[in-house]
Amino acid sequence: MRTEVEAPPEGPRDVSGDEVVLAGVQKAFGAVVALDRVDLRVARHELIAVVGPSGCGKSTLLELVCGLQRPDAGTVEAPAAALMPQRDALLPWLSALDNAALAARISSVPKAAARAAAHARFAAFGLEGFEKSRPDALSGGMRQRVAFLRTLLSGRDVLCLDEPFGALDALTRAQAQGWLASALAREPRTVLLVTHDVEEAVLLADRIALLSPRPGHLIATLDVDLARPRHRTDAAVVELRERALSALGAD
Amino acid sequence: MAAGLLILALLGGWELLVRAGGVDPLLLPAPTQVVSALWNDRSLLAPDLAVTVWEVAVGLAAAIALGVALALAMHLWTPVRTALHPLVVGSQAIPMPVLAPVLILALGFGLGPKVLMVALVCFFPVTVNVYDGLLRDVDADARKLLGALDATRWQTLRHLEAPAALPAAFTGMKVAAAVAVIGAVFGEWAGSDRGLGHALLTANAQLETARAFAATLLLFLLAIALYGGFAMLERRFVNWKPSR
Repeated sequence: MRTEVEAPPEGPRDVSGDEVVLAGVQKAFGAVVALDRVDLRVARHELIAVVGPSGCGKSTLLELVCGLQRPDAGTVEAPAAALMPQRDALLPWLSALDNAALAARISSVPKAAARAAAHARFAAFGLEGFEKSRPDALSGGMRQRVAFLRTLLSGRDVLCLDEPFGALDALTRAQAQGWLASALAREPRTVLLVTHDVEEAVLLADRIALLSPRPGHLIATLDVDLARPRHRTDAAVVELRERALSALGAD
Repeated sequence: MAAGLLILALLGGWELLVRAGGVDPLLLPAPTQVVSALWNDRSLLAPDLAVTVWEVAVGLAAAIALGVALALAMHLWTPVRTALHPLVVGSQAIPMPVLAPVLILALGFGLGPKVLMVALVCFFPVTVNVYDGLLRDVDADARKLLGALDATRWQTLRHLEAPAALPAAFTGMKVAAAVAVIGAVFGEWAGSDRGLGHALLTANAQLETARAFAATLLLFLLAIALYGGFAMLERRFVNWKPSR
């Protein structure tokens, strides 16, 4: 494990560094403890997958990094981050192009420039020809691609992806994972990818953080030193998946 | 189609009832008598219709502006919400026939009090629906998305809340459009020498029941036309399907 950090005293959120550092983070909602003493360090342009069972505080961890929540104890230091919520949260009144440009516009990019940036990437995301389509006319896989493109174009260096492919069928999910990997190869970002799919974590991540059931705390982090592209049938992928599952106590 | 058949059946029954001598035509004229009164008295009724249409149009526009402004103010500033909420709700308890003469005394016999009456009747459904829409019809995940991006209050309103509230706003405007003529008629009854409400009063006094019904028919059609107009605008501007 590379995540041994002494819990410093509680302090304000620091946005100056380019690493994401959680130290001794504790977060409860009423009597329910969501996260319990979590220490995690994510290097610049690293893709870390956060894996754990439902209700272990994975989404809370992302909301802390995005500044939507404040820890009860411990500190969260992170550069400004963009969130891709669990459901795609596309706005039904905007076209696919305007949805993809939304985060950039919120970050004060002028409308024309934001649209041009989105349009330039539509082909690479398999969205060409759907610029004017409303979300209700897009397939689930396309909606996720628009939502990811929106996050990518936010101008933020840290992307927090909350189970981005959780609602997709197996085939669409495999394709979506391919889009994500190739997009990040072209435009590297620091990525926190929350998922309950261990295989997805092994296929996409540089490192995997395993969270326990509630109250969520870090069980272990696993390095994924495997060449890309990875395939679910690779012996090394299968082996690592089994190691992660047994660390989670799943077999 | 079904509505047309129902109306035809009701009108047919009404006509037969009056023709068979079941009711005094001074109390209830037959539909054909109402239509012929509408045609024969058209030069009498047309100027009244124009006056009422104008009162309703200006009053409705004022109600929408006021309704949206109140809803936004209540949405954006908690002290405004706390202060205005009971007043806005309480305003609906004021009996319009009592208020109308007071407004006439204060503002005279002109357009002003009628417009104010229409606005008072109409602003409430607009305010309530816009206010609820701004809060309720916004996707929670979309709020988080903008929150993580440090969106300003104005950006959240402009990109998320206002478009999300648009369907509710149209619901409010359609309700307002349907009831707007009530305000104008009460205003005219309290003091006016023109307008369909005034035409109704004089026709009643002269026992011209068919003309009174003709004036009522015009009010009925005016309400339907206004409602239909806003429904058309809604189809034009709310041309998306809600996401889930």
